[in-house]
Amino acid sequence: MERALKFEVERRFRGGPTIRARATLPLDGRRVTVLFGPSGAGKTTVLRALAGLDRPEAGRIAFDGEVWLDTAAGVSLPPQRRRAGLLAQEAALFPHLDVAANVGYALARASRAERDARVRELAARLRIEPLLARRPAELSGGERQRVGLARALAARPRLLLLDEPLSALDAPTREALRGELRAFLEEAAVPSIVVTHDRAEALALGDRMLVLVGGTIRQTGPVHEVFSAPADVEVARTVGTENVLPGRIVAREGGLAVVDSGGLLLTGVDPGGASAEAYVCVRAEEIVLEDAPGHRSSARNLLDATVISLAQEGALVRVALDCVGATLVALVTRRSAETLALAPGRAVAAAIKAPSVRIVPRAPPA
Amino acid sequence: MDAAALRLSLSLATLTTLLLLAVGVPLAQWLATSRFRLKFVVEAIVALPLVLPPTVLGFYLLVALAPRTPAGRAWEALAGRPFPFSFEGLLAASVLYSLPFAVQPMAAALAAVDPRLVEASHTLGVSRLATFFRVTVPLAWHGMLSGAVLAFAHTLGEFGVVLMIGGNVPGETRTLSIAIFDHVEALEYAAANRTAAFLLAVSFVVLVVVYGLQRRPLAWNAR
Repeated sequence: MERALKFEVERRFRGGPTIRARATLPLDGRRVTVLFGPSGAGKTTVLRALAGLDRPEAGRIAFDGEVWLDTAAGVSLPPQRRRAGLLAQEAALFPHLDVAANVGYALARASRAERDARVRELAARLRIEPLLARRPAELSGGERQRVGLARALAARPRLLLLDEPLSALDAPTREALRGELRAFLEEAAVPSIVVTHDRAEALALGDRMLVLVGGTIRQTGPVHEVFSAPADVEVARTVGTENVLPGRIVAREGGLAVVDSGGLLLTGVDPGGASAEAYVCVRAEEIVLEDAPGHRSSARNLLDATVISLAQEGALVRVALDCVGATLVALVTRRSAETLALAPGRAVAAAIKAPSVRIVPRAPPA
Repeated sequence: MDAAALRLSLSLATLTTLLLLAVGVPLAQWLATSRFRLKFVVEAIVALPLVLPPTVLGFYLLVALAPRTPAGRAWEALAGRPFPFSFEGLLAASVLYSLPFAVQPMAAALAAVDPRLVEASHTLGVSRLATFFRVTVPLAWHGMLSGAVLAFAHTLGEFGVVLMIGGNVPGETRTLSIAIFDHVEALEYAAANRTAAFLLAVSFVVLVVVYGLQRRPLAWNAR
């Protein structure tokens, strides 16, 4: 049987929601699972239960066959024995210790030489060598998160839990660290769970995604699949109606990049970075449907498409399109659908402006 | 100044402070972190000596630990002699009477330690006790020191409880504050002044130290 983390936790909050989440995650060292949901959905509750910091009212957690929690049997392993590393929003570094002592904190039993070697190795890996003698108060937000990750990794965790690791950072730092974080997690080869409510973060970091809405896990699957095909209306509302296609950047010119997704070429703003692997994201409401193909438009992307199906959503119509083999979803008003006489099988042109094509680079899956 | 009384006062204050560190720190940590519903009752009990006349505390201790009561006999078996008019009895009463002076600043400093730091230490595999000494104490030491210093100074200046429990046995229970009282009764104002000035100076220095610690914690405590 494949190694897996199975959990089922129930936690009630007085006068608040009840969290009832269950999932089974394969424990593949290089896989990152994203726990996605709006604030208040119970993401942090699940993470704290996994870390052993909170005890759910009822539940069971088994890590690779080892029981961490079984409320029915009265079993609850303390966090010290679970060895699940935690990186929170604010890294919670020990303010009275310098960076080196923070990173080496878990290694109290190792000899001084061993500890120094491990601290140096992690510092090199996370690029925090110049900071080793500093105090946490002298670090920037991004530096703190790196140190926090190094400190967690020093303890050789079996599972890594990251609770909105980038959300306390300013936007430029967040974007810069996002790509790096994925590389760090892959290199660490520790199964990781990242809690986030940020879609770009989910796409850039995750392989698999769990969507948590109202305390329960509503959908599980590869990140881009969940974004492209939400299981139900509530998941769709949570993740947004978005077309997410995996692809490769095949050309870069004048600040624009062209992504090839199975033959479908889309032009968007170049996100920078060296990675060729990327997701292209287009919100359904940004796709304009036009009658005859072959006319001029300011939109950089003019695609030949065929209507597959139509679904009424109040004043809007959700149109599924076949575009060179890929499926795109567009959202138009009912009036427009009537004017264009949209029906399954009808050929249309789908126009998307380059600024509406979001390219999220990601490291290639190992 | 009465050398025997000074020696007695210093050893009483020192031992009281040490005992209060042993008892007060765990109690303060419990008060700072427990989610026990009736914690406020415990807090009230700890604070009682602040508002109670020392005579009340002394009176009940005398009644409870009188030589013929079970508690009194247990005390005698343990300490080797009866509770009243003994140094050990005085020590026990001082610990109780100075309890809030030690526990309250300690609990305040311990409660100010960010629980996320403690949790981080636990997830890093470090035991609760080791976490207390490696994270909590370094971040709350100024409060613990304040508590210890206050307890020391408060015990040094204690009068009512000493008189109730200890009486006035030279070298055994005759502390500095009692000595001052004796001097005044005997109209020896010069001797009383020397001892009083000494206690005044010590108390002032102690308070300066305590307030200094609370006002200027080290940089990492200023969060």
